[in-house]
Amino acid sequence: MKSALTLVIVLALTSLYGIWFRINRGTVKAHTNPAVTEEEIGATFGSRLTLLQFSSAFCTPCRATRALLGDITKGLHDVKHVDIDAESHLELVRKLDIRSTPTTLILDHRGVEVGRAVGAPKREQVVDAITPMDI
Amino acid sequence: MTKVNEKPAIPELIDPRGPRVTASITLIVLGAAFLTHSTLLVLIQLLQFTIGGFVTPKKAPYGLFYRKVVQPRLNGSFIGEDIRGPQFAQKVGFIFALLATIGAFTKIDLLFSIPVILAFVAAVLNAVFDYCLGCQIYLLLQRITKR
Repeated sequence: MKSALTLVIVLALTSLYGIWFRINRGTVKAHTNPAVTEEEIGATFGSRLTLLQFSSAFCTPCRATRALLGDITKGLHDVKHVDIDAESHLELVRKLDIRSTPTTLILDHRGVEVGRAVGAPKREQVVDAITPMDI
Repeated sequence: MTKVNEKPAIPELIDPRGPRVTASITLIVLGAAFLTHSTLLVLIQLLQFTIGGFVTPKKAPYGLFYRKVVQPRLNGSFIGEDIRGPQFAQKVGFIFALLATIGAFTKIDLLFSIPVILAFVAAVLNAVFDYCLGCQIYLLLQRITKR
C-alpha cells in the first residue's frame, strides 16, 4: 500500500509539472540579454528583426519550429530567420543562458534580444511579436 | 558521446505517434514494476530500452507493437519526426533500467525503486505531455561537460 501511495503522489507532482510545461512551452516572453553580434551567429541580421533559433540533434520539435519560422518569415523582407546548432555554439549558449532546444530569440536590428520563446513557438504569438506596432 | 556537428544529411523520420505509444506502454510497465517489485517487468523494459536506444526504436518490442497493431488502425497523415530524439530518450531510459535491474538482483531496494520511479516520471511526461527529454537535458549536459 505504501508504494501505491508513493506512486500516486509522484503522478500528481509529475502532472503539475507537465501542465506547467504545456502552458509555458513556446510562449513569447519579454527578455533582455547582452547583445549578440553577427560574428557570433555567423549570419547577418534582418534589417528590422532576426528570429534566432537554437536547435540540437536530439530535439524532436526543432524541425517543426524550423519549418514554422521559415514559413512566417518567407514573405517578409525585414525579418530574417537564422537557425544555429546549439552544440557548436556553446559559448553563445552560455552567454544567452539557453537551456533547452528549440529556443527562439527575437533580436532587433542591433542584435539586442527583445523576447524569447522556449520550446516550439506558437504561430500567432510569433506573428504578434514580429508585427510592427504603429503608435 | 556523439561528436559535435555530427549531422546526417537527411535524418531518418518516423511517425511521432510511435514514441508516444511506446511511452504509454512504458509508464504502465514501470508503474506495475514499482508496485509489484517485479524483476520480470524491469527486464522487459530493459530489453525495450536496449533495442530502442542502441538499435532503433522501430525494432524495439513496443515499437513493433505500434507498427503492427496500432498504426494500421489509425487514420490520417502525420508529419515525420527526427528519429534521434526518441532514440536518445530510450538510451537515457536504458541507464535507469540497468540500475533497476542491478537493484533487483542485488536486493537493494532503493537501487530498484528510485530508477524505476524516475523512468516512470519521464514516461508520463513523454506520453501525456509530449515532453521531449532530448530537448530538455541534452544541451544542459553539453553545457556542463564541454568547454
